[in-house]
Amino acid sequence: MIPPLSLHGVRKSFGGKEVLRGIDAGISAGEIFAIVGPSGVGKTTTLRLLDLLDAPDSGEIRFHGASVSVGSPAALDQRRRMAMIMQNPSTFRATVFENVAYGLWLRGVDPREIRVRVFQALAFVGLLEAAGQRADRLSGGEQQRIAFARAAVLRPEVLFLDEFTANLDPGNVRLLEQAVLRHRREAGSTIVIVTHNLFQARRLADRVGVLLEGRLAEVGPARDIFEASQTPEVRAFLSGEMAY
Amino acid sequence: MSVDAEVLQIVGLSLLVAGTSTLIGFVVGAPLGALIALKEFPGRNFVRTLAFTFYGFPPVLAGLLVFLLLSRDGPLGALGWLFTPIGMVIAQTFLVIPIVMGLTISAVMAVERRLHETARTLGADDRQWRATALHEARLGVVTAVMVGFGRAVSEVGAVLIVGGNIRGHTRVLTTAIVLETSQAHYLEATVLGVILFGIAFAVFAVLQRLQGRGVL
Amino acid sequence: MWLSRVRDDGRGSFITGHGLPDLGPMSRIHRTPRPLPWPGFVTAWRAAFGLSLLLVAAGLAVTLASSSEAYIVLATTTSTRDSGLLDYLLPEFSRDSGIGVRYVAVGTGQALDVARRGDADIVMVHAPAIELDFMAQGHGLCRSRVMRNEFIVVGPASDPAGIRGLTNATAAFARILSSRALFVSRADNSGTHIMERTIWGWVNYTPDPDVDSWYREAGSGMAATLEVSSQLGGYTLSDNGTFLVRRSSLDLEVDVQNDPPLQNLYSVIPVNPALHPNVKSSWALGFARWLVSPRGQGLIGNYTAGGEQPFHPEAQDGCGHVG
Repeated sequence: MIPPLSLHGVRKSFGGKEVLRGIDAGISAGEIFAIVGPSGVGKTTTLRLLDLLDAPDSGEIRFHGASVSVGSPAALDQRRRMAMIMQNPSTFRATVFENVAYGLWLRGVDPREIRVRVFQALAFVGLLEAAGQRADRLSGGEQQRIAFARAAVLRPEVLFLDEFTANLDPGNVRLLEQAVLRHRREAGSTIVIVTHNLFQARRLADRVGVLLEGRLAEVGPARDIFEASQTPEVRAFLSGEMAY
Repeated sequence: MSVDAEVLQIVGLSLLVAGTSTLIGFVVGAPLGALIALKEFPGRNFVRTLAFTFYGFPPVLAGLLVFLLLSRDGPLGALGWLFTPIGMVIAQTFLVIPIVMGLTISAVMAVERRLHETARTLGADDRQWRATALHEARLGVVTAVMVGFGRAVSEVGAVLIVGGNIRGHTRVLTTAIVLETSQAHYLEATVLGVILFGIAFAVFAVLQRLQGRGVL
Repeated sequence: MWLSRVRDDGRGSFITGHGLPDLGPMSRIHRTPRPLPWPGFVTAWRAAFGLSLLLVAAGLAVTLASSSEAYIVLATTTSTRDSGLLDYLLPEFSRDSGIGVRYVAVGTGQALDVARRGDADIVMVHAPAIELDFMAQGHGLCRSRVMRNEFIVVGPASDPAGIRGLTNATAAFARILSSRALFVSRADNSGTHIMERTIWGWVNYTPDPDVDSWYREAGSGMAATLEVSSQLGGYTLSDNGTFLVRRSSLDLEVDVQNDPPLQNLYSVIPVNPALHPNVKSSWALGFARWLVSPRGQGLIGNYTAGGEQPFHPEAQDGCGHVG
């Protein structure tokens, strides 16, 4: 079984400093995989490489076993089967409806079908009544829900979440986490989540990869890592980070 | 021709000439501006600087150049467009395009990088992102168009030289004001000036309304 | 409807009871694989494009249509326009012949240049020396003298230089100079300005605005210069046509008139089709002939401004022999 996403010997430097020093990992279909680690270690970088936004300096990113070069038309086709939700919702200056419809417009979907799918996605995140309002005038939590709907409506094979609840209050965090879980249940997407919040990782992830000093110190089922890690550095990291 | 009918004809021609030039300026200048703002290509900085320089291109100079172009002696003389409204539109379009382009470039460059990333993750290619960025910057683009129109409707050098201020055919508000002033008909000139100001004011009032309505 | 009610599921979240029913794979209806987003915006741009195309096409159609209308382009000077003569005379010609006359009024030099470039069908100016050069260069088909007006010296009612009633401009200018009376010049290289400089030449003096504070340069057309003179109470040289038209609103009186060297001869020159094949030479000739015909001459003589007759018909037909 070829995993939908895999990294092979991936290295990446920024400004002379080597951030990722050889990452090897495979992400199974339909699982929620969390990448955790200290701030600045390269979690977001890894996500961007997986979404083909940047290219690794060496090594390969494979999607269903195939590797493409970033910037090629094949890369764009691949990226269109994935979607990302970032820390800042970055809504467009348009209505909620138009924001959620954006990805569908890009793919040339029939307008009537767009209507149905968009309203469906809005209902899923509880923003149906706000469909005609300007997205950039809503609260942070509501905008992040829009960002979620905008990505979920595309039914991507892989969904990337980059600190997607970092700026939200607990109520909205809970709501979006529920949405992620339900989305995975119903749409079957593979989900890769980057978070500095280990409690969130514990709540959501099936498997976890701990990124320390540019390498994956440990990869395994969430329970195993959080409760019985075999690696001293990982144990030290976990105990330090889970103080709050 | 009675005075009122003549004034109406002058106003109509002003709006038609300036309006057509602005329309063409938008159709050409906005996408071009977005392209220059977003796409990497060799000589890009040079082109950008050039666009901004042509902002302040003297209308009289544009008029002179188009005059030499359209004169029978000139390269496009066979068309016979000198002293006609078409010639005036050509001259004004050359003035409006840099304005729309320059202001569009500024507006589009102000669109956040983060938004580009977001669009990419949702599957946008470069062309689709350019359209998106233009849409994000639409307030700036509409302003660019309004400023372009303001420039076109109130300039006098280009339309005077290329049009010839021919009564009933190429006389617009600005050239009529010049004529009336040269003949010391100051009252008539002022009235025409007030009408001209009224037009410019109306255009920007519409812009305000659009902004308020949240369309932009 | 498949949309369910929004409800609180008891744990503080607002997710609906229904999930994402599978609508199957998304349809793709567009011809292009990557259509542009923001359909409203794209439509607006397309509408603008369509409209500009429409306007340009309409403009071309109108231009084409009007170019098939019967008309000629006359390049002439500002004084023929400012005196009101053209707006009086040209409609009469159109009525008689069915040919329209569109005139472009610029300075003498430019009028001849417009003709030289083939952008006009006929030219009417009052600068005999330059006209003869024009003919010698072969740009003119023929030349007919049409009418005469004159330059006059006007000034304030108080007449500080004491020149009223003189019939000699040179003497008048000399008195203005000696009494350092205020004088306003057009200073725009027009025919009138050139005449003024000629008269100063006869007085053997070239006024310098930096030194002679009584000499003011208006840098304007005739009517504006007259206005300045009127306001400041100064003397100026003017063509009688423009002065008569503006007279009632000015505080100026005629001081010197009927001075022979100040007579101003107007000629009309149809442009030579041999050098400029595009000119409408038969219509231009028709206009030239009409101007020297009894009808045209009569109208010129009947034209009054400010109660007087500024132009004297003095035809000398140089175009009669042309085929």
